[in-house]
Amino acid sequence: MNVIGERINGMFKDIGDAISAKDPAPVRDMATKQLTHGADTLDINVGTRVPKDERAEVMRWLVDSVREVTDAPLSIDNPALSTMRVGIEAATKKGTAIINSTTGQADKLEKFMALAKEFDAGIICLAIDENGVAASTDAKLEIGMRSVAAAMEADVPLEHVYLDPIILPVNCDQAAPGIVLETISQFKMLSDPAPHVVIGLSNLSQGASERGLINRTFLAMAIAAGLDACIHDPLDTELMHEMIAAEMLLNKSIYSDSFLKAHLQGR
Amino acid sequence: MKLMEAAVEKWSGAIQEVTIGAGADEGGTRTSTVRIGGAGALPFMDFEGVTPNPPVVAMEVWDCEPTDWPAALRAALGDRVKDPAKWARACVEEFGADAICLKLANTHPDEGNTSPQEAADVVKAVLAATGVPLIIWGSENDEKDNQVMPVCSQAAAGERCLLGAVTEDNYKTLVAACQADGHALIGLSPIDINIAKQVNILVSEMGFPLDRMVMYQTTGSLGYGIEYTYSIQERGRLAALGADKMMALPVICMVGQEAWRAKEAKATTEEQPTWGNADTRGVYWELATAATLLQAGSDIMVMRHPDAVRALKDVVGNLTK
Repeated sequence: MNVIGERINGMFKDIGDAISAKDPAPVRDMATKQLTHGADTLDINVGTRVPKDERAEVMRWLVDSVREVTDAPLSIDNPALSTMRVGIEAATKKGTAIINSTTGQADKLEKFMALAKEFDAGIICLAIDENGVAASTDAKLEIGMRSVAAAMEADVPLEHVYLDPIILPVNCDQAAPGIVLETISQFKMLSDPAPHVVIGLSNLSQGASERGLINRTFLAMAIAAGLDACIHDPLDTELMHEMIAAEMLLNKSIYSDSFLKAHLQGR
Repeated sequence: MKLMEAAVEKWSGAIQEVTIGAGADEGGTRTSTVRIGGAGALPFMDFEGVTPNPPVVAMEVWDCEPTDWPAALRAALGDRVKDPAKWARACVEEFGADAICLKLANTHPDEGNTSPQEAADVVKAVLAATGVPLIIWGSENDEKDNQVMPVCSQAAAGERCLLGAVTEDNYKTLVAACQADGHALIGLSPIDINIAKQVNILVSEMGFPLDRMVMYQTTGSLGYGIEYTYSIQERGRLAALGADKMMALPVICMVGQEAWRAKEAKATTEEQPTWGNADTRGVYWELATAATLLQAGSDIMVMRHPDAVRALKDVVGNLTK
């Protein structure tokens, strides 16, 4: 499981304040903290408090701050191509990066895939296109297929492609989680080698009560369906333990009496 | 004509590299050292990844004359087995062993019950007799090993020997000794992959570095559980190549000890006239066991018969050409 730590995001108060104060220390600390808690990749998101015309510069600053403490893969989280390029360029000076993300419109896919190719980066492809978020399994699959085809066209290896079926808050549409689970298992059959499948987990419980419980339960179900990357908070120990147990139960890691410890020690 | 595309597996992990033996530049006295592990693919699949270090062939030497070894084996080794130093020297100089595995069988309370100091003297004598790296194995009596092994560890301090074996229930004393004296360590588990991993976790939790650890998942010989050993070792290797660092350790196999326990290896020609010549039958048994386990992913093969050693070195040479 590629755990993409979500905590370096201007929407969180500690990081938002650090951005305003241009203080890299909280950003560096959060990077290190997430990695020691089991993150494999770190998501970098400037948030919405930063004015649009300053986002590229803030992205560069965030990436440079994180790169002072780690060369772990970075997930550059921004919808704009110009900001994305700045972030990916800065991140790949030392280490690898993932484009987070592109939507499925043909022209947008082409431009973002070209960027992925140029920097040998991973790329997250959302099940969203000109018609909005794809609601049914078929519609999600169609965009997934389009994304895989665009990757092949641009000569981006399928090992670098992450399909995101888009998970919506459960209190908005209770049928959606089931549809996402079905989509995950079908995404894994789209190509050989299969693309990765990723979700932004916390969106599922947005506005709901018992958020932790909802997130944990769904993550275990999604792993069983074939999920192999997830954007979430690695500092949520209960969630991480549930993930480790789910992978062990699926025989993806070898059981030992200390299997929880082994997961972090074996990294 | 378009040729079929090769199905090449991509692996994300590799086996930890471990060095046994320390030369003068590192504070030891070894004239040769061995480096094991490092494989980034299944054994001998050189088209899928690197295997920087070929398997090492070691020979077993005891601290006492092994009177119950089969006649064919004893005949091949001759009187040398009466003196561990001479025996070890012959293994290296005449039979081509890359390392010596000294088994302190005589320290066992039911055998000679020799003292820790007597055992340490044997260790020193064997170290003085050859320049190859030394593997030191206790008598597999926990209580006695916990007295003997620290003394032997200290006697060989700085030589980066490989000491064995720790288990899930008995590891702290030997881990501490190896840590203090700079040795590498063997973790033993009874053909159980879950316990193998647990032993590695327990040892590394004591702060012992993974690059000084080797796994012994116990060896089953041909006809006596080799399939189990094979599948456990293979599964461990697959997990390691899939980036499970707690399983990514080199593996040692006690081939000679297990193969020569089989009745097919040790029965005399008189006892079993239809089974072929006893002088070669055991050698084949030992060699077949070793050759099979090489394919499962093995890094140190501890052998007994000189002819099996020569043949195994040929096999390894041909597979790594």
